[in-house]
Amino acid sequence: MANLTPELEKARIDIKKMSEGYGLDCFEVIFELITYDQMNQFAAYGGFPVRYPHWRWGMEYEQLSKGYEYGLSKIYEMVINTDPCYAYLMEGNMLVDQKLVMAHVFGHCDFFKNNQWFSKTNRKMMDAMANHATRVQRYMDRFGVDVVENFIDQCLSIENLIDRYSPYTTPSPITEELISSGSDPVLLRSERSYMDKFINPPEYVAQQRQENARVAEAKAQFMNPERDVLKYLLQHAPLKPWQQDVLAIIRDEAYYVAPQAMTKIMNEGWASYWHSTMMTQRILTDAEVIDYADHHSGTVAMSPTRFNPYKVGIELFRDIEERWNKGQFGKEWTECDNFDEKRTWDKKVGLGRQKIFEVRRDYNDVTFIDEFLTEEFCVSNRLFVYKYNKKTQKYEIDTRDFKAIKAQLLFQLTNWGQPIIDVVDGNFENRGELLLRHLHEGVDMQPDYMFETLKNVQAIWGRPVNLLTAMEGEAKLCRYDGQEFKELPLRPLGKGEEPEEKTKT
Amino acid sequence: MGIGQDHSRFKDIVKGRIKENFRRYITHGEMIGKQENEYVKIPIPHIDIPRFKYGPKQQGGMGQGTGQPGDAVDGEAGPGKGEAGDVPGEHVLEVDVSFDELAEIMGEELQLPKIQPKGHKSIETIQTKYTGISPAGPESLRHFKKTYREALKRSISVGSYDPDNPVIIPIKKDLRYKSYKTVVKPQANAVVIYMMDVSGSMGDEQKEIVRLESFWINAWLKHHYKGLQTRFIIHDAGAKEVDEKTFFSTSESGGTLISSAYNLCKKIVDEEYPIHEWNIYPFHFSDGDNWSSEDTQYCVKLLKEDLLLKVNMFCYGQVESKYGSGQFIKDLEEAFPESEELITSRIEGRSKIPDSIKDFLSKGN
Repeated sequence: MANLTPELEKARIDIKKMSEGYGLDCFEVIFELITYDQMNQFAAYGGFPVRYPHWRWGMEYEQLSKGYEYGLSKIYEMVINTDPCYAYLMEGNMLVDQKLVMAHVFGHCDFFKNNQWFSKTNRKMMDAMANHATRVQRYMDRFGVDVVENFIDQCLSIENLIDRYSPYTTPSPITEELISSGSDPVLLRSERSYMDKFINPPEYVAQQRQENARVAEAKAQFMNPERDVLKYLLQHAPLKPWQQDVLAIIRDEAYYVAPQAMTKIMNEGWASYWHSTMMTQRILTDAEVIDYADHHSGTVAMSPTRFNPYKVGIELFRDIEERWNKGQFGKEWTECDNFDEKRTWDKKVGLGRQKIFEVRRDYNDVTFIDEFLTEEFCVSNRLFVYKYNKKTQKYEIDTRDFKAIKAQLLFQLTNWGQPIIDVVDGNFENRGELLLRHLHEGVDMQPDYMFETLKNVQAIWGRPVNLLTAMEGEAKLCRYDGQEFKELPLRPLGKGEEPEEKTKT
Repeated sequence: MGIGQDHSRFKDIVKGRIKENFRRYITHGEMIGKQENEYVKIPIPHIDIPRFKYGPKQQGGMGQGTGQPGDAVDGEAGPGKGEAGDVPGEHVLEVDVSFDELAEIMGEELQLPKIQPKGHKSIETIQTKYTGISPAGPESLRHFKKTYREALKRSISVGSYDPDNPVIIPIKKDLRYKSYKTVVKPQANAVVIYMMDVSGSMGDEQKEIVRLESFWINAWLKHHYKGLQTRFIIHDAGAKEVDEKTFFSTSESGGTLISSAYNLCKKIVDEEYPIHEWNIYPFHFSDGDNWSSEDTQYCVKLLKEDLLLKVNMFCYGQVESKYGSGQFIKDLEEAFPESEELITSRIEGRSKIPDSIKDFLSKGN
């Protein structure tokens, strides 16, 4: 439990009170003081004290500790989305750093508790993770480390194929309807009711109903492809019970982490907004100003190719606050095209604070950028889009056009900047093959990674797997049957055409 | 459970990767050029779990700074952090492997036995180790932590410690210093004497083979002997001692008198390496075309009556050259059937280097 020094404990109480005064609303925050090695360890585990055994954590740990030993990187802060909320401070940091971290943590915690995209996460994840660890360890003891680890590797290969919005939606009524309406079997007409059970034997009817439901579900699947590939595999792949459990564990953890990835800019921006507000307005002593400024500027520094979520986040929150304080929003503001008037626009409405609290409740990164990134912001922060130039073999600045910047940013944020893949058919060509579809958005997938991943999907599915995608402007069906990898060219997809037919060309 | 387990698992996997490619490294000599001080850099692909992902070149990204469209962007390219969620690195991780580890990996891979230093061939060395703590000493050796702890103990026991204002002031009595002990350690000494035929028939490829092979032999012997010494002799019709660089770069023409090298080797051993203190490993590489059979007879005599009695083992590697392989190795094998001390090996090409190393070192002398 909390092992803070009296000095830190006093700081904690002060900052907690202060954050409440500003209107932040947190779970109870428990700070622990840990050594750099523990910090690296926890960070390698994604903030949790216990995770299931896997070499990937070891790799993270190796990189973090090497980075720390060589003085390249240092983790100041870590906070976990649980209730109560756990946060770690590193032993031996300067007091001003510790105070900054605490203020930052209260910002995160408020965000975890109040942002709607976190509303479905498991707040007892600490226990769940420990539980997962025990289960995986047990499987390893029973079936062998290599066997279980290999399966985990395969699952991790597709852990990003989940439907990040599914926790917030209910199953589409169309699907439900299709399944239920399609399942009524055709009954033979019987004139006499006592003959009914002979003419339409109940077992046969039940069997028919089941069969019809299955067909209807497949149809529904076809009309409504499944974005949650992991769920589809859990339900339909021929997995052993332990494999099913491991896959479910990985899926659970993927869903737990998803909102953090969906709100990275906002979350870091919010926490940075609050640490800077609290530090500069209330906490800092004269002697601490320089160290604070140094540390803060390091946190929000941008480089030409590194996009820094802290920086964009904090600037956007400040920008929103200012605009809403000055009333720079609404019909009147949008329709005004007088530059001078706009520049000195100040209606003194003072809605800034209120607005940013609303924003932190309702938005995620995609909607946040979509709505609040302004041209003025891009110009004053000197943002640009860069592209790879095949001729010079270098990355070059492509444009500073606002629309292009916004499009690029949104592209990077949508689906974590990863290709969108869904399951179209689990009985492709009526041979029990899996058909995945890549919703091509103008950027090809990296072929070698695609092939390796497809191999892993095949290992889980057991039967051949197919993937519809496009490479260099040409539609393709990639197929891996467990032995060889094939790429079959397709003609361009016509409108309303069933994907199944395309392979016949 | 714990990070320790995962960490060693990761290291095993990494080592496994090195192992898989090990023969490739040996035969291609890729990393010899990269050695820095004690370490050899081995590039290891960051173990990346494959995902469906976009190719980086089409994607581009968003950045910040000055510059006109068309200007190159500095720094590491690729989508930035803001892509929310961690992007697995594209970079290649270079893992530092020390010579020691390298030798160990090679030993494991080629199943080499540990070398047993010969009987009394060790001398004693005196080392100083800072293991103790004493209440007096020079300021430069002050042990801060121990001093602090003493002061803390004292201030708690006299009741002057205030948890709300934990200021500790050490007085003279609290000061603690590191102190040393002398440790006597037996140390095995070893010298490797490399001899190479640089006559006209030894081409660049042959020398490269010798270079690669001696690199690995050196790594293995260094693993067993701290402070391993190396000497280099080149010969055609006459022999001379050279430094390492010359050894690998010289090309002479002319005939071959192997006895000249063996004579020089004998001289070096007799003058500088008393056999009761040193483990001695001569390695000789040649294409086996000795000038005359009389000289070969003389070499056999030298070996039999002198060198073999002094050394741990004598290794002869015959490199196949474009003129084929000479007679010398056969002569040696006939003269010393089943000798424990004389080991011969044929190196037909680069890919045979690991086997040849195994020939030489699997005796464990």
